[in-house]
Amino acid sequence: MSLVSKIKEAVLCLKAGRVTLSYPINPRPVPARFRGRPVFDPNKCIGCAGCANNCPAREILIKDACQEIRVVKYIGRRCTYCGRCADLCPEKAITMSPEYENASENGHDIEQNLEIWMSTCQRCGRCFKDALPIDGLMMRGFRSDNVDSELWVYKSKGYLDVDPVTSDIDISVDEA
Amino acid sequence: MLENFLKKYFGRSLWVYHCNSGGCNGCDIEVVNVLTPYYDVERFGMKLVGSPRHADVMLCQGPAGRATAPALKRAYEAMAAPKLVFAIGSCACGGGVWHDTYNVLGPVEKVIPVNFYVPGCPPRPEAIIYGVALALGLVKKKAVPTQYHPIQFPVVRYHPDEIIDINGWETYEKLERV
Repeated sequence: MSLVSKIKEAVLCLKAGRVTLSYPINPRPVPARFRGRPVFDPNKCIGCAGCANNCPAREILIKDACQEIRVVKYIGRRCTYCGRCADLCPEKAITMSPEYENASENGHDIEQNLEIWMSTCQRCGRCFKDALPIDGLMMRGFRSDNVDSELWVYKSKGYLDVDPVTSDIDISVDEA
Repeated sequence: MLENFLKKYFGRSLWVYHCNSGGCNGCDIEVVNVLTPYYDVERFGMKLVGSPRHADVMLCQGPAGRATAPALKRAYEAMAAPKLVFAIGSCACGGGVWHDTYNVLGPVEKVIPVNFYVPGCPPRPEAIIYGVALALGLVKKKAVPTQYHPIQFPVVRYHPDEIIDINGWETYEKLERV
C-alpha cells in the first residue's frame, strides 16, 4: 500500500515538471503598487519633518545644521517599508520604488542624506521662535538629557552609542 | 577579498542554520519559502540543518531580546569557523519597529558580528536569494548610499525698490512697523 502511494507521488511530481523560478539569472518583476525602498526626492522636499514624525520605526531623522539648512537623514536599516512617509508627504517627495534588492554587506548602504534649503522669515530674516516653550522642548527632544544627542530630533536609540538601551543586563555565555 | 575566499571555500555548498531570536516569524516563513521548490535555493547546494554545529551560515531573524541574547551567542559560538552570519529582515538588521521596547536590546549585531544584511519586512524570497547570490559573488550590489547637497542656493526675494545704497553697500532695510 505504501508502494502505491509512493508511485502516485512520483507520478504527480513528474507531471508537474520543473517549477523553479530562474531568479538571479532572469529578473523577476514586482506586482503593481509594490512597496519597495522609499526614494526621497530632494527637489520636492520642503523640510516639514512630517515623515519623521510619522515613521513607526523612527528611521527618518531631522537636524537643523544651521539656520537655513535642514538635514533629512533616512537610515534604511529599520525601515519596514510601510509607506506611511510616502502617504503623508504633502509634496509627494517620497515614492515607494519597486526595488527590493537591497542586500549588502555594509549596513549603511541604503542611507539617504538630504540637505534642504529652508527660507527664513520674510519679516526679520531670522527663523522664528516657537510660540510656546513646550514646542521648543519638542523640537529639541525632551526625552534626552544629553546635549550632544539632543541635536538629532526624533533620535533613535538603536545606534547612538551615547544612550545604550539597557545597562542592567550583562550578556555572558554560561560555561556549562 | 571576502569574495575570493567565499568562492574558494564555499563554492560547493553551504549548510544553513536558521535562528529566530524573538521575531514575529514573518521572515521565518519567507526563509522557509526560499527552501521550497518554487524559489529553490537548494540548487545552490544549501540545506537546512537542525544544529548550529553542522552549519556554515546562520540566518538570523528577529531582534536580539534580553532573554534570547545569551542563547544567540551560544548558537554563534557553536558554529565552526569559517562561518557567515546573515541578518534577515529589518528586525535583525536594525531592531525593526521594536528597537526601543522593554525587552529588545537592538539589532542582532549587538550580540554577534554580521556579514550580510538583507533588509525588508519581510524581505521578499527573491530578495533573500539576491542576498545569498551576492554573498556567492553571482550578482553585483545595487544598494548605494545617496547624498544631496544643494550647490545652487535659491535667490532671495527682495523687491528691487527696497534695496537702498548705504556707504556703497546694497542694503535692504524694512522701514515699516510690523
